[in-house]
Amino acid sequence: MTRTTVRARFALLGAIAIALSACSSSASPGASSGTGAAKVEIFSWWTAGGEATGLNKLIDQFNSKNPQWQVVNQAVAGGAGSNAKAVLKTRVLDNKPPDLFQSHMGHELTDTWLQYIEPLDDLYAKNSWNDKFPKGVMDIISDGGHIWAVPVNIHRANVLWYNKKVFSANGIKPPTTWDEFRTVADKLRGKGIIPLALGGKDNFEAGQVLETILIGTLGADKYKGLWTGTTNWAGADVTKALTTFKTVLGYVNPDHSALTWDQANDLVISGKAAMTIMGDWVDGYNASKNFTDYGWALAPGNKDIYDALSDVFALPKGAKNADAAKSFLTLLGSPEGQDIFNPNKGSVPARLDAGKPAADQKQYDDYLKSAQADWKADTIVPSLEHGAAAKPSWATAYNQAVTLFMTSGNVAAAQTALVKACKDAGICK
Amino acid sequence: MLIAPSILAVGVFVYGLIGWTAFVSTTNWNDLLPDYSSAGLANFASIFDNPRFQIDLRNTTVFTVCFVAAALVLGLVLANLIDRRIRAEGFFRSVFLFPMAISFIVTGVVWKWLLTPSSGFNSLFHLDPTTNRWFTDETVIHLGSDSPVGRWLGDIGLGFLTSTNFGVPVAMLSIVLAAVWQMSGFVMALYLAGLRAIPDELREAARVDGATELRVFRHVVLPLLTPVTISAVIILGHISLKIYDLTVAMSPIGPGFGTDVPANFMWTTAFNDNQFARGAAVAVVMLVLIAIVIVPYLIWTGRREIER
Repeated sequence: MTRTTVRARFALLGAIAIALSACSSSASPGASSGTGAAKVEIFSWWTAGGEATGLNKLIDQFNSKNPQWQVVNQAVAGGAGSNAKAVLKTRVLDNKPPDLFQSHMGHELTDTWLQYIEPLDDLYAKNSWNDKFPKGVMDIISDGGHIWAVPVNIHRANVLWYNKKVFSANGIKPPTTWDEFRTVADKLRGKGIIPLALGGKDNFEAGQVLETILIGTLGADKYKGLWTGTTNWAGADVTKALTTFKTVLGYVNPDHSALTWDQANDLVISGKAAMTIMGDWVDGYNASKNFTDYGWALAPGNKDIYDALSDVFALPKGAKNADAAKSFLTLLGSPEGQDIFNPNKGSVPARLDAGKPAADQKQYDDYLKSAQADWKADTIVPSLEHGAAAKPSWATAYNQAVTLFMTSGNVAAAQTALVKACKDAGICK
Repeated sequence: MLIAPSILAVGVFVYGLIGWTAFVSTTNWNDLLPDYSSAGLANFASIFDNPRFQIDLRNTTVFTVCFVAAALVLGLVLANLIDRRIRAEGFFRSVFLFPMAISFIVTGVVWKWLLTPSSGFNSLFHLDPTTNRWFTDETVIHLGSDSPVGRWLGDIGLGFLTSTNFGVPVAMLSIVLAAVWQMSGFVMALYLAGLRAIPDELREAARVDGATELRVFRHVVLPLLTPVTISAVIILGHISLKIYDLTVAMSPIGPGFGTDVPANFMWTTAFNDNQFARGAAVAVVMLVLIAIVIVPYLIWTGRREIER
């Protein structure tokens, strides 16, 4: 091959490259110039099922009211949000943030993002939202005297789900204390039924069970204190909670480390297991499996306490279209927006005055109605496993202690690890 | 001239970023906000102090040793069987080699289904799921501190060898099984090429001298296969030291971190916990581990080039 033909080929390649880039750069404005609307990018991990339906309905509602803006749904699939969070971090560190992004309410947002997001005090004042959300929620979404996010929905983490048929066949009632749990569980095990179905593949399910035991053993105030440094992790009541947890682990399926929460719940659906402790997304999951014979109760000892987590949206600094983003936040925070989204997602509205969807929208089911009544009455505590109570690295350290505890059964070592996790997080001295 | 762009690209995107990672691992960037102040070796101290990372190092060692050994032995056996000039040789060769064409993610998902205690193998062969627990088995085989050997180790000050950190996690062996299934065909192909390159005259000469088939294999064939073995160890070794996709698909954490690997820990530390400096420290440790395997090989091949 001669030198000139090589050069000619390079020239050709270069020409193709330029032509391609010209095509792509002219194509993107062409797409939006059809509507002539400025774009607003909404970043989330809602890509499937009811949550995606809810988000799309919200976007439709927004677009019909605001033709001057066009919402771009930037949802990233996979990993229960962990993929989306990784993408978001690179975008924000690269100074190319979306106009709005999803996070969990609480420390996952405030300990990570505070330097990168705008306070929303004005938006709350303008819409007089300050008394529309429960005080427990306002505390969680505030930091340093400012409000940082708009909560869209509320999930509950401390629910005990059970198979009604299995319960009535064995003449038992949902346990309200951990001692009752033991009696019930012994009876079930005698019949060859797994008392408590547990998933463990994703490293949060068992931690969530311990979370409900901590709430049940310490009560709401002392549990909250664990995350603010006022309750001592080395205390005797934490020891008691860990001992209870150890007992409870004796009643779970042996293959828990292979199962996700939904596969564990499948054991309850099939009647191989009787109960599972999981968040209230189980309600929507059971519905999707056409399983209706399920009942719900609070995790033992969790009466009148609402272990809450929430999806919130925050406004990044340097958002290209902040006006449109604020307008979308206004829709998210309104009773109308919350009642469009939540029946689809299978969660309750964060607002106290919402709960009456328009007639042409999807309605709340029985579980959600009961949860909503509790939401207005119960004491709200933040869930650790879903970002509300502590920053992600602390949750990882807590989960690590739980994972090691599940095989070692060593209460003292687990408690030492939990004390250390609190110190490493900079909360405990 | 023509390779200049690729040298530049490799320089920036490989060596430049290795340097950057090494630098980040010595900073205080353990929050989303970058902080490039020096932390010395504090991040390394922190990860080595972490029980999960200690377990991960154990897992990676166990996985590498078991996987490389099993794949080598199985590959060698298969290559020798095929080398018998059997009928339909091409067919069998392809059958054994094909798993290599599959991504580790697919292998992981399939073997997860096969080895989940409540389904797969257990139900196929009517095995008891409570005793055949595969990758959900939390047992760690290790020396008991009250066993004779354990007591002797304790006496001579090596009592730490009896901890589970120096044991073999049973759950990891299921991952080894899947990995061996995927890669032994590749080892077979390497060995087959090596076997075919050995001139028949050498074997004939040994046979004329009265050597049995076994001794021909032991003293003629095996020594001539040494370069193949070394290449295979290097290739398998670096795959297994950085394994991630297979364990993530099959059992990302496992019972008591029994199937957790450093790459998984690195991902969680950096991208979930925002502790980028500690994540970078894990990456540096992994790089060093792989270098321990690769660098002697590079030196060895470099010497051989010169000898020629």
